[in-house]
Amino acid sequence: MTVIGWIQIFLYCAIVVALVKPLGWYMTRVFNGESTFLSPVLRPVEAGLYWIGGVDEKREQHWLTYAVAMLLFHVGGFLIIYGLMRLQALLPFNPQDQSAVAPDLSFNTAISFITNTNWQNYGGESTLSYLVQMLGLTHQNFLSAATGIALAVALIRGFSRSSMRTIGNFWVDVTRCTLYVLLPICVVYTLFLVWQGMPQTLGAYVDATTLEGAKQTIAVGPVASQVAIKMLGTNGGGFFNANAAHPFENPTALSNFVQMISIFALGAALTNVFGRMVGDQRQGWAILGVMGVLFLAGVAITYWAEANGTSTLSALGLTGGNMEGKEVRFGIVASSLFAVVTTAASCGAVNAMHDSFTALGGMIPLINMQLGEIIVGGVGAGLYGMLLFVVLAIFVAGLMVGRTPEYVGKKIEAREVKMAMLAILVLPLMYLGWTAVAVVFPPAVASMANAGPHGFTEVLYAFTSATGNNGSAFGGLTGNTFFYNLTLASSMFVGRFFMIVPAMAIAGSLAAKKSIPPSAGTLPTTGGLFVGLVVGVILIIGGLTFFPALALGPIVEHLAMNANNLF
Amino acid sequence: MFREIRPAIILLLLLTAITGLAYPLAMTAIAGVIFPKQAQGSLIEKDGKVIGSALIGQEFKEDKYFHGRLSATSAPDPADSSKTVSAPYNAANSGGSNLGPTSKALADRIKEDVDKLKAENPNASVPVDLVTTSASGLDPDISPEAALFQVPRVAKARKMPEERVRQLVTEHTQGRMAGLLGEVRVNVLALNLALDAAAAK
Repeated sequence: MTVIGWIQIFLYCAIVVALVKPLGWYMTRVFNGESTFLSPVLRPVEAGLYWIGGVDEKREQHWLTYAVAMLLFHVGGFLIIYGLMRLQALLPFNPQDQSAVAPDLSFNTAISFITNTNWQNYGGESTLSYLVQMLGLTHQNFLSAATGIALAVALIRGFSRSSMRTIGNFWVDVTRCTLYVLLPICVVYTLFLVWQGMPQTLGAYVDATTLEGAKQTIAVGPVASQVAIKMLGTNGGGFFNANAAHPFENPTALSNFVQMISIFALGAALTNVFGRMVGDQRQGWAILGVMGVLFLAGVAITYWAEANGTSTLSALGLTGGNMEGKEVRFGIVASSLFAVVTTAASCGAVNAMHDSFTALGGMIPLINMQLGEIIVGGVGAGLYGMLLFVVLAIFVAGLMVGRTPEYVGKKIEAREVKMAMLAILVLPLMYLGWTAVAVVFPPAVASMANAGPHGFTEVLYAFTSATGNNGSAFGGLTGNTFFYNLTLASSMFVGRFFMIVPAMAIAGSLAAKKSIPPSAGTLPTTGGLFVGLVVGVILIIGGLTFFPALALGPIVEHLAMNANNLF
Repeated sequence: MFREIRPAIILLLLLTAITGLAYPLAMTAIAGVIFPKQAQGSLIEKDGKVIGSALIGQEFKEDKYFHGRLSATSAPDPADSSKTVSAPYNAANSGGSNLGPTSKALADRIKEDVDKLKAENPNASVPVDLVTTSASGLDPDISPEAALFQVPRVAKARKMPEERVRQLVTEHTQGRMAGLLGEVRVNVLALNLALDAAAAK
């Protein structure tokens, strides 16, 4: 670890924190339906969309209607992607003549993109036409992100409203998020990325003759426009197979730095939206504080582990850290930081190969995802995941002092706690359950690229990433098989919707309750005590759930590495 | 609930058209005007022919060129399309080795490469980036240590003074952005082009 490395890490944190208030202020205005500086241009477009779509923007929805609208929207998104992938050979914008994608891979990819996972069983430049990249993947990058934010805002309204039956209008929230938040940022962001060297062209791949006379086919495409929303919307599905490690998908140290900021920007700002909507910004800062503690702990461990390298390297006298699967322009620190950021949020873009990380360095991304990516989280998903843990922490605190727990003026009762537990328990059920199946099913075992405990970790990582809707991978695992295409798709589906629907139920039930003013017996939820309590609950619940699985994977691998056992 | 079906179809199609077609096509047009070179892939031409991209590494094997990092990219096997064969720096199929920290295959590979490099230049310690594969398989850069390590071999193959070659390396060493972000590095293709140009003089 170096001083300049830590300076980069703290500069990163400082910029993310500095963006929280302005972005939170702007997004609060957008979701409260107020006008913004972009309204003169965008308001006519917005009104036109509602008019054609038959949406009455004044009419709000009950939580069930809101959830049904969201599900219908996703069914349509699924059909668009699946159809485009199956038919891509017949459609335009296909200069490389990519053939139709197989049914199971198309199914997996369609589920992957509507759930904001963007797991890459497809190969990007070797599988997909430009049309699929744009009309299929880019569009769902926007809409699945907008959906996540809309859901988070709906849950916030549950906390901030009093005695109401409705939690907002899904169509309005998604449309406003897309038009006022995501699109304008992406337009500027795309141009920045092209300036840094990212291609943005519809032309065919370029054939070059290298200095030594060999032929090199260089894949290009409309990369920048997709990468902008891929990062901002914490989608993470790469244009290229190597994702953000590919020099065209992340050309410079600056593009890398800005990409990391854009992963966290909206998710972090949502804590401020929460604070503003419940009428006390300190509530938002307290939640961000919980996220910050967990995040910095993860960064420190991964950076330390990667800088130390492996026993294989040190036995040969090689210094400079574990550079296997990393790029020189990012080095140890920017690769380690990126890995923690991308899994703390539900992004899943990678700028280094996590499969080649040290055992402990690779364990932190795994833990981040197993906690449910609540550290900042995906756009929206992180905040509602975190609020579920807050509900539990408040409940635990209420039990300790023998009072009905309250949070931001709402009584937390049996229904909320049950729904929170349902959402929190369904995740380990998927990733532990499917991992257990996969490691005793010979065709699934054959997909592992590494032997020993590392192979087990590859499988555990895959199902964790899919369930958490992250999308990063221990890429050695051959995921494009019938078994993994279907089981991973089921993990992604359950991980997304079995979390969303209980969260919406909580929103509906909270919105219907009266707000009660704080009294002398109310636990203050803005101070260090509260932050410590939530961190404790997260680590205890998380630790009890997945520590046994970690012990079989990265922990035993670390011990084996120190004993010079190779597999 | 039935009244949600109309927006589910129509709004979805309209938003898809905006974000999936209008936005990327407009960005392609604008970027093509403002940053034409980058938008095409930062291609380098020599005598009217494309010889590569400034951002994409290419394979160098000859002694007279600086070598880049190891690349784990592959290509479909011409004999059997269900299999793949090693194809370093295949810029149409990026990827890493994905070998883990306790992989025997990785340990053997690194040991073999370290021995080879030690034989080539016994006087310097082997830089770690010369014996590890990059994440993309297309890393255009090496560390300055990795470039300096190769100076004796390149100078000998070109019959140039080592001092001159070392000077070219120094000239092509890029610092951190604003002295802060990223790592110090040398673009291998740019350095090799400069080397060819210097030799031609």
